[in-house]
Amino acid sequence: MAQTERRDAPELPDFSLLKRLARDQLIFLLEQLPGRKDLFIDADLMSPLDRIANVTILKQHEVDKLYKVELKPIFSSSDQLCFLIRPRIQTVKWISDLVNSDKAAGRFRKYKIIFTPQKFYACETVLEEQGVFGDVTTDEWNFYILPLDDDILSLELPEFFRDNFLEGDQRWVTTGGGALHLLQSVYGSFSKVYGIGRCAKMVYETWREQMEDGDQRTKQPEFAKVFLIDRDVDFITPLCSQVVYEGLVDDIFRIKCGSVEFGPDVTSSDKSIKVMLNSQDKVFNEIRNEHFSNVFGFLSQKAKNLQTAYDKRRGMDIQQMKAFVADELKGLKQEHRLLSLHIGACESMMKKKTKQDFQELLKTEHSLLEGFEIRECITSIEEHINRQVSMIESLRLLCLLSLTENGLLSKDYRSLKAQYLQSYGIDHLLTFANLRQLGLLVEQQPGETLTVMESRVGKLVNDKTVGKLTDAFSSLAKKSNFRALSKRLALVPKSGDEYDLRVPRDMAYVFSGAYIPLSCKLIEQVLERDGWTGLEEVTRMLNGHEFAVTAVGNSSEARTKTDAQRIILVMFLGGCTYSEISALRYLGKERGCRFIILTTAITSSARLLEALLDNHA
Amino acid sequence: MAFVTANWNPLGEAFYRKVELYDMSWKLKESLREYLIAAAPYGGPIALLKGYQGRSPSTRPQLEIFSASGVPMASFPWKSGLVKQLGWTVSDDLLCVQEDGTVLVYDLLGGFKRHFSMGNEVSQSQVMETKIFHSPYGTGVAILTGALRFTLATNIDDIKLKRLPEVPGLEGAPTCWAVLTQDRQSKVMVANGYHLFILDNTSCTSVTPPGLSPQASSILHMCVSFSYKYLAILTDSGHVWMGTSNLKEKISEVDTNIRNPPKQMAWHEASQQSSVVIMWDRLLLVVGECKEIIQYPLDSDSVLVPEMDGVRIINETHHELLQEVPGACEEIFKIASMAPGALLLEAHKEYEKESQKADEYLREIKEQNLLAEAVKQCVEAAGHEYEPETQKTLLRAASFGKCFLSNFPPELFISMCRDLRVLNAVRDYTVGMPLTHTQFKQMTIQVLIDRLVHRKLYPLAIEVCRYLKTPEYQGVSRVLKHWACYKVQQKEESDEVIAKTVNMRLADASGISYSEIATKAYESGRTELAIKLLEYEPRSGEQVPLLLKMKKSPLALSKAIESGDTDLVYTVVMYLKNELNRGDFFMMLRNQPVALSLYRQFCKHQELNTLMDLFNQDDNHQELGNYYVKASYNEPRLEARVALLQSSVDEFNKAKNEFAAKATEEEMRLLRFQRKLEEAKGEPLLGFSLHDTITALLSVGLHKHAEQLYKDFRVSDKRFWWLKLKALAEKGDWDELEKFAKSKKSPIGYLPFVEVCIKHQNKHEARKYVSRVTPEQKVKAHLAVGDLQSATEAAIERRNESEINTVLSRCSATTDVILVERLNRAKATAAKK
Repeated sequence: MAQTERRDAPELPDFSLLKRLARDQLIFLLEQLPGRKDLFIDADLMSPLDRIANVTILKQHEVDKLYKVELKPIFSSSDQLCFLIRPRIQTVKWISDLVNSDKAAGRFRKYKIIFTPQKFYACETVLEEQGVFGDVTTDEWNFYILPLDDDILSLELPEFFRDNFLEGDQRWVTTGGGALHLLQSVYGSFSKVYGIGRCAKMVYETWREQMEDGDQRTKQPEFAKVFLIDRDVDFITPLCSQVVYEGLVDDIFRIKCGSVEFGPDVTSSDKSIKVMLNSQDKVFNEIRNEHFSNVFGFLSQKAKNLQTAYDKRRGMDIQQMKAFVADELKGLKQEHRLLSLHIGACESMMKKKTKQDFQELLKTEHSLLEGFEIRECITSIEEHINRQVSMIESLRLLCLLSLTENGLLSKDYRSLKAQYLQSYGIDHLLTFANLRQLGLLVEQQPGETLTVMESRVGKLVNDKTVGKLTDAFSSLAKKSNFRALSKRLALVPKSGDEYDLRVPRDMAYVFSGAYIPLSCKLIEQVLERDGWTGLEEVTRMLNGHEFAVTAVGNSSEARTKTDAQRIILVMFLGGCTYSEISALRYLGKERGCRFIILTTAITSSARLLEALLDNHA
Repeated sequence: MAFVTANWNPLGEAFYRKVELYDMSWKLKESLREYLIAAAPYGGPIALLKGYQGRSPSTRPQLEIFSASGVPMASFPWKSGLVKQLGWTVSDDLLCVQEDGTVLVYDLLGGFKRHFSMGNEVSQSQVMETKIFHSPYGTGVAILTGALRFTLATNIDDIKLKRLPEVPGLEGAPTCWAVLTQDRQSKVMVANGYHLFILDNTSCTSVTPPGLSPQASSILHMCVSFSYKYLAILTDSGHVWMGTSNLKEKISEVDTNIRNPPKQMAWHEASQQSSVVIMWDRLLLVVGECKEIIQYPLDSDSVLVPEMDGVRIINETHHELLQEVPGACEEIFKIASMAPGALLLEAHKEYEKESQKADEYLREIKEQNLLAEAVKQCVEAAGHEYEPETQKTLLRAASFGKCFLSNFPPELFISMCRDLRVLNAVRDYTVGMPLTHTQFKQMTIQVLIDRLVHRKLYPLAIEVCRYLKTPEYQGVSRVLKHWACYKVQQKEESDEVIAKTVNMRLADASGISYSEIATKAYESGRTELAIKLLEYEPRSGEQVPLLLKMKKSPLALSKAIESGDTDLVYTVVMYLKNELNRGDFFMMLRNQPVALSLYRQFCKHQELNTLMDLFNQDDNHQELGNYYVKASYNEPRLEARVALLQSSVDEFNKAKNEFAAKATEEEMRLLRFQRKLEEAKGEPLLGFSLHDTITALLSVGLHKHAEQLYKDFRVSDKRFWWLKLKALAEKGDWDELEKFAKSKKSPIGYLPFVEVCIKHQNKHEARKYVSRVTPEQKVKAHLAVGDLQSATEAAIERRNESEINTVLSRCSATTDVILVERLNRAKATAAKK
């Protein structure tokens, strides 16, 4: 049952090159400030940085002490301070205050700010306004992409989602373009680009501009096709409970930058253990894409096999034993360790997930996706809120309800919101404002039919100049049209059929056979049709902004390695979930191609909603 | 041709030659000695300043700039202070060092560029002597002040003044000094009488050149080679000491027998026989390492210009190059040479004469298998020759020899032909750049094109680029851009004409930045032209900075937005913020939603008040309401908090958001209630949600108050029952719980009662409620308290298959045999139905 790769699956490009490039540049930048220095690092850059250059490397380049940026006064005796930060106004402000207080104390130090992945003018403005522009030197570390695994590349920019979709701040668009440009310059140019979403289109545009500016090398491409997709094209998928092993681990333990910390309840000892979760972990690699219900059986089988392997020792002569200890034992021990960890994790998840609450939650979720017994669903959501089960989970269900039902009836909208406020406080008034703005939780608008909306959107798209300006706000009045989409794309398999989760039939297996992720379905359809033809109605319901471009004057199509033709880069703008990755891996296996995921960050329902909270904390 | 060797002089094993470069076309009115003079290396321009000694302050001296061939390029009366020294930078700018330490920078057509000072200390104690030097870091200036201290700047484009330490025992001007670059640092070597010192940033070290003849009592002159590797010292005993500039090694020492101080000295670094060229009033000596000397008499005042591969000698009428005869030339032209190149040249000559001797010569070369060598020699020698005729002869010979070689790579020959064509073009006296091939290779084609552009020789520069097939971006486009920048400064033509001409010329050139050209236009005061030119700029991002500079802010803002680059939008927004008054600024943002949302982001972090003003102006009551709610979080005092919430209620009302208004009002009520209770009972409640408040009240037994909230805030029955159930169980107040259960019919049923009790491990209490659970949930309830027997009964009674299965799954096969049996039987009947 373990998923085995098809034999003809194309080889993936070697992404460790990206790490090396980033490391070399970082070292170069550190050397620009010769002498011993203290390094301050943005908290969320710590883990990514560790993947690129560990403490030893930093120490080799005269970094004395490492600090986390905490936006508090610092105690450093070094004469040279180096800051490695994301270009955020807040952090820059903090640095300015620091410089100013040093100045007031008559202390002279050298300051260097390294922005990653790029500088923003706004940050420099802050330095200028605070009067410290001349006191600090600034630099850019173009660390766009962190390879999390063989097929997952991440920009590690969780704030992309909120900034871009909620605040209408398009700063990060250039970053997205930059990342694609980087990939292209290292791995060769793409022959075909598809995309959907306003942000996707903008990213493509900036990328194209960078492409035109730079030199055009015609290198043998290592992957030929790119698919860009906005997160707001599909909000439903990330809001569903994840039931594939990797997704579930993320939901429960939160995978951070490709590694997870298993607490004492998993490790069955008194300390936590940090584990890297990627294809290097052989046990994990075999179960990551499996539906949770299969995992336990698989693990116990694995344990038995392991035992047999250990048992081989008996009846060995000295020579054989020597060979066994030298060659196999270490591997077995390693596997043993991992196996016991995953079994521990499994148990801990079992405890949480087989509880009645979770089962009922799943049932509600599936009813919502299928669109029946909506009243019962509302009641159970209400109970969920009333019992104060979980702030985020309740919100998640509310959003799912609104998305699948194209908004709530006025009465329900008010009463559920009121209930929620009673449970979790008035602060969430702002959260609701945000959700409404994004179209995640809205009131059904009486009198406004679909056609009116459509003609309005249509007008915006046609009139280019108006389009550019108002595009940013067209999403405000967006409707999800989930029912119609679901019907058209057959996202919800007919209920009643038994779905054997051991032998996945389609991508729906990642949601227990209840729902095929919309994002992945779109990708499948577009790749199959080599464009958007035949999907006009779908794109209209998704608010348009679709595009498909073949590289101009590019005869490389013919020259392209056939392998490269079967490697597809999918870029999620605003984050993607592990379930989607699993679904795409499945699709790849079915079609004999491989998908590489490039995402602004790994997301999950909790992360997505937490980004939209505006409460006191 | 026949007399190629006529101007050769032997020096040791090698030969030296003096090649005539130009007849100077300048008509100098006076002898060269009357001028302050500076000639740039690499065949650069020559600057002359007459009457520099400032004998009469009333007469204005004339500053003149000539090409190396003496063609006048600029001339203007000098109006500033007393000039001590002229010099050229690596980028063809003229430096004029004044007595007060001010340095004026002019371009080579006499246009003033900028000025800078060498510091207070210099201006106070005045400049005594100056040397201008070149290093890998650019052009530097070293000054000896009247206070006998040295001040030095290594790179005039990035001035960092260094004041060097004092020289011990120095009482008057040192006899001579020089600047050298060693260990990535500029140092000064000073001779005071017989003593020699090296000054660097921190110290002054006394040094002695190894093996310097002891009979001398003073060092008269010294010079450092072009590469800073070698040093030559002339002493008053007439000895020339030659060695490395780090003073570790002596190469040679030669007695010149001349004891008076020379006018100038220069190193000639050569491949075979390096030498020092020393000039006195009427005599020029070439002193070789081999201790031989060549003497040249001089008829008039001259100036030496050291080059990397020779020394140029300029006098009033002539311009000559003195250099060691390059190896290839020597091999070929040396009398009775049997070198392969020489034989090939001879063979070709005979071939031209249609003589069969050609074959003999060729055979001789081929027998030694040296034909390739011969071709190479001829090509190389052609590169070192000045006369096009000689070049041609040599190249023809090479081409001839090439015919007899099967796979001789052609690049060498081809590139030499190309290089020579370019070199001959720039050596023409109208251009006047007497570059040798070695110098040309060293300076690169890019720099050559720059130099042509500096001289405004645009057509020639473009021809050179095209001819050498320089990539367009570095070649033609760059030249065109410079041309356009120059063009837009021509005042006599109208904006339309210029814009049109520029666009026409630049139309098909790639990689042209119109914004740079437009900037130039703007700088020369032609705003309208600049705007016209900007229209041609394809990248809107490039247009923005200039538009801002020209105060065309609305246009800049829309261009920035068009570019899709938010960073650029930010730039403009921040600029506008400082430029406009607040009202106008907000009005402008109002029409540009993208800019507005960016600015909002900025305000959120930097200026919360501005954010409020923004919403106010837009009458965005919804956002204002949200703003106040947010502001209330950070308000510690209750009154202020309530006041803020009141403002938000007002705003929400204006925004017709009744729901939010009501919710906020309730929050205010809740806050007041919490405060009242806090004061009365000492329970910390402030800031809790309604739910949490009730929980807190129940957990400390304030049931009445909890009830009051329940009623006042119309909490749903279900919630309240859940709440109370949980709170009581949490406290273990089972009696109260029982009372509560009986108070009226539970809106949430009784299964939760069972479950909550079980959760708190109280089976006994749980059992009390089982009987009240609805039939549908009975099975669950029984199972929850672990009563399999009753669960079985209930399940069988209800004949519900799934429930039977649930019970079955809980039965163990060993202990509950009877139950299992019953259940299975019931299952069978249920299934049948």
